[in-house]
Amino acid sequence: MSTVAPPPQESSDSTEVPELKVVTDATCTFCGCVCDDMELTVQDNKITKAKNACVLGKAWFLNHHIEDRPDATIEGQPASYEQAIERAADILSNAIYPITYGLSDTTCEAQRVAVAISDWIGGCVDTTTSVCHGPSGIAFQEVGEVTCTLGEIKNRADYIVFWGGNPAESHPRHFTRYSLMPKGQFLPNGRKDRTAVLVDVRKTKSARAADIFLQVKPRSDFELAWAMRAIAKGVEIDPSIEEQTGISLERLTEVVEGMKAAKFGVILFGMGLTMTRGKHLNSEAILSLARDLNKYTRWTAKPMRGHGNVTGADNVVTWQTGFPFGVHLGRGYPRFNPGEWTSSDLLARGEADAALIIASDPMSNFSQPARDHLEKIDSVVLDPKLSETAKTATVAFTTSTYGINTTGTVYRMDDVPIPLRPAFDSPYRSDYEILKAIEKRIREKQLNGNLSS
Amino acid sequence: MAETFILIPGRTSKQGVTLNEGKYTDGYLEEINTLQISPEDMSRLQFENGDNIRMWNDFGEVVVPCKTSKGDELPPGILFISYGDKSSRLMAGETHGTGMPDSKGMDVQIEKVSAPA
Amino acid sequence: MPQLLIKGGTVYDPKNNIDGEVRDIWIQDGRIIDAPSDVSTKADKTIDATGYVIMPGGVDMHCHIAGPKVNTARKMMPDDKRLAPMVHRTMHTRSGTTGAVPSTWATGYLYSGLGYTTAFDAAVPPLAARHTHEELEDTPIIDKGFYVMMGNNHYIMKQLKEKDPEKVKACVAWLINSAKGYGAKLVNPGGVEAWKSGQRNVDTLDETVDGFDIKPRDIIQGVARAVDELGMPHPVHLHCNNLGLPGNHDTTFETMKALEGYRGHLTHIQFHSYGGDPDDQLTFKSEVPRLAQYVNENKNLTVDVGQVMFDKTTSMTGDGPLGYFLHKVLGRKWFSGDTEMEAGCGIVPIEYRNKSMIHTLQWAIGLEWYLMVDDPWRIGMSTDHPNGGSFMAYPEIIALLMDRGRRQEVLDKAPDGVAERCSLADLSREYTLYEIAIITRASPARILGLQNKGHLGTGADADVTIYSRDDDIQRMFELPRYVVNRGEIVVDDGEVRSNAEGKLLHVAPDFDLDMIPDIQDWFEDHYTIQFRNYPVDQNYLSNPEQVPTTVPS
Repeated sequence: MSTVAPPPQESSDSTEVPELKVVTDATCTFCGCVCDDMELTVQDNKITKAKNACVLGKAWFLNHHIEDRPDATIEGQPASYEQAIERAADILSNAIYPITYGLSDTTCEAQRVAVAISDWIGGCVDTTTSVCHGPSGIAFQEVGEVTCTLGEIKNRADYIVFWGGNPAESHPRHFTRYSLMPKGQFLPNGRKDRTAVLVDVRKTKSARAADIFLQVKPRSDFELAWAMRAIAKGVEIDPSIEEQTGISLERLTEVVEGMKAAKFGVILFGMGLTMTRGKHLNSEAILSLARDLNKYTRWTAKPMRGHGNVTGADNVVTWQTGFPFGVHLGRGYPRFNPGEWTSSDLLARGEADAALIIASDPMSNFSQPARDHLEKIDSVVLDPKLSETAKTATVAFTTSTYGINTTGTVYRMDDVPIPLRPAFDSPYRSDYEILKAIEKRIREKQLNGNLSS
Repeated sequence: MAETFILIPGRTSKQGVTLNEGKYTDGYLEEINTLQISPEDMSRLQFENGDNIRMWNDFGEVVVPCKTSKGDELPPGILFISYGDKSSRLMAGETHGTGMPDSKGMDVQIEKVSAPA
Repeated sequence: MPQLLIKGGTVYDPKNNIDGEVRDIWIQDGRIIDAPSDVSTKADKTIDATGYVIMPGGVDMHCHIAGPKVNTARKMMPDDKRLAPMVHRTMHTRSGTTGAVPSTWATGYLYSGLGYTTAFDAAVPPLAARHTHEELEDTPIIDKGFYVMMGNNHYIMKQLKEKDPEKVKACVAWLINSAKGYGAKLVNPGGVEAWKSGQRNVDTLDETVDGFDIKPRDIIQGVARAVDELGMPHPVHLHCNNLGLPGNHDTTFETMKALEGYRGHLTHIQFHSYGGDPDDQLTFKSEVPRLAQYVNENKNLTVDVGQVMFDKTTSMTGDGPLGYFLHKVLGRKWFSGDTEMEAGCGIVPIEYRNKSMIHTLQWAIGLEWYLMVDDPWRIGMSTDHPNGGSFMAYPEIIALLMDRGRRQEVLDKAPDGVAERCSLADLSREYTLYEIAIITRASPARILGLQNKGHLGTGADADVTIYSRDDDIQRMFELPRYVVNRGEIVVDDGEVRSNAEGKLLHVAPDFDLDMIPDIQDWFEDHYTIQFRNYPVDQNYLSNPEQVPTTVPS
């Protein structure tokens, strides 16, 4: 049996007098920016200062407290860890159509074990990608993607288009650290050397940061991007594009000309595209537009990923199964079909009969029919905090928090892998440890069953 | 008579901040449960901040307090609410073969049910 | 510790000059041991190999099996997998997908099933080394490692411009140590940076790279020198400029000449041996004779082939401008990924068809290389998996090399123009089993500087492949009877019986640590991660083996 190397734990001796500790080069996993330049001041089990963190990062670190909850509960009652592992292994082994879901807020080490469990039990494995940039993943499979790491944007991008997202609120340091503001290798004057455009239906806080704001009518992003592709190619566009999209042909032509004249451009796009009618076609239009512009100059595109390790989840599920999300392993080998084996659908159609949910709260953000079904079936839930999903779980584990209490690896939104440097130990086990124990128990049951038969 | 609006749920930084304080804190619940309406629509419909609004479509129904959106952030006809429990109750189970429910840009109807308590 | 005896097989072990002799092989603790002096000693387990062909485990010195580029190709190509054979979960092994780019577990099982016990990924940007290690850890059974891309690294280019070879050397060593990599890789040196900056590409060894005021020739010579001076076991691993373009043989020839005085390994040389006019595909022809003659005469050079086979595959490369070129030519979906300060990437699906004159000629050019390099110790078998084809095609390539008639059958059906544009029809050479054992295991191991691989002498890693003799050579090599890795029987009659984790092979060249602050200053000015978060810690590796460097006296 191959084993994933357990993440090394920084040891701590609880009998020592707590000291002030400073953890440098720590990583914030709250959003997909995964800033790894945190300087955390730690006193006891509390982070008292989080230098370099943004408003979200500060909230992430400074509010982090160990909740006083049982290690595990079974049907809402406190249970021993061993009992909970046994029950979890039972539920997952005995299920006919189990699903594994979540995974975007945990380490790659834990994700790897979660996919292993799904494989051994022949279930489905899906991540929160399916309800964030899953459609962009589908678009990627259609047309590919011309992209780059965030450092390329920092060092080269003289034209930046933010589309269908509000980074000022969702990724607060993106502007200052990676995209809009920093001085770059080939952009010595930083912001002054860059042109920024925001395309959105709302005039959000991010609009203030942009030079040009294109207020697109809701549900017309595809039409707008497709028109821009046409304009870039010199295809004539009817002025009625303004009625469709809210943007005049003249204005649009001006922007496209600016994009073509740039030296290195990037479109950073958000869930305004993927969650709206059109979904993968919206993303496909954006990816195609950026690709086309490489005929004239260098252009790239990149989805703005949300959760701290959602990009790692895509990578892990892909390298182990060949597909990024919505994977069915029930026939003994991986198959992929969004809409069929994605969690929201499996639940809403009432198909899954058990669920393993890691660091996610579908009871708060899935559709009503999906929630109704999830509530009915047996579920095993791992979460550091109490959530609606943990409340309805058959077996719930309280976990330590990745990046704050446990080490491991996470992937930034641009697929750059980054190590975690935890601030202090948690009394609770990590997702990795719990999943590893569940896997071990499931394998024992399978192999013993095999021997006796 | 209720009229049709387009609802755009989205993430806010306040949501992200209060989330870290806990999903059951007043701050988080207030942030994710308040419906923002453009100033033009607020005055035309004679809504006041804090009025409870019933918002529904074919898939679900929620009742949430409203407030006037800031400046020109929202054009008339568009509503905003934090992406979360309330907005998701208005999503269909159907994903049109993508895995992704229609989670933004949904057609909804609204009407006032009561003034603030 | 239990002993394993492989008894009475016909052994082909070129490093030890054993050419088809009946021998016993004793194994203990994962290594080949001397036969016990007491002849009555009984092994704990004995494989009766009478009548079987025994070779060291295969060594693939150039393939793409792990890391960001490989995984991106997996993500991009669900269409490739749906119709490909599936790898089913068993009681002891994991499931997976195949096609041009198998999933990690499948990769380990497929290589093992083919009798290969070691494989090296050829192109990893150091910024993604951690990712590559994670995938390799999930790639079971085989031993593995990777090469670190540095042919477009800004710091190296800057120090070459400053004519500071000590800093170049320090940076090469620092990158290898940080990534926990095995070799230094140059991919289209200077050309990838040109793609990233909008210059598009560099066409000759002497075209200046925008913004850096240096030439590809400087990069090739500077890094080759550093690798030699650091005593790295494997020479600089070079993907030349102008890959795939008609007329690129001049660039390749200039590159070979530029390596005079240094060791150099030219990879997937097939893709770099084309005559003709770059603007007219119809003028395409082989220039292998000229290049192979140069290799024959210059012992500092080695090559692997990058054989093209007729099949659907996915091209993946650190050569960003090449990806764009293929996208333009083929009109298929395209991935391009630029990595800050160091590298690029291009991925495009491709199908090589035997009805295409160009593709058939590429196939013939690859075979010409195998047949025209006189000394098999200086050539390694590769398809540049998956670029020219899958590693699963190796048995078919072996059959083509051992059977002239089989090559002629393909040529007989080849499109017009192929025969006269290459010399394949005139090459009567047929490989022997001994020579096959050289180019599939002994020479790759030697070129890599792996003392314990590619042979069956005492102390070698106990990686052994046991084939049933078969008149059908392809079938013989497709289905080994047993495969032993580190002394464990991992494949028995086509069934993968192991899920063990192989070793991670890496090197750690010594260098002047006082050079680090200068690198750090540069790094902190330009990268978007912290300097301390860049290197992969030693404790991150789960089963490492550090291969020694040898500083020349």
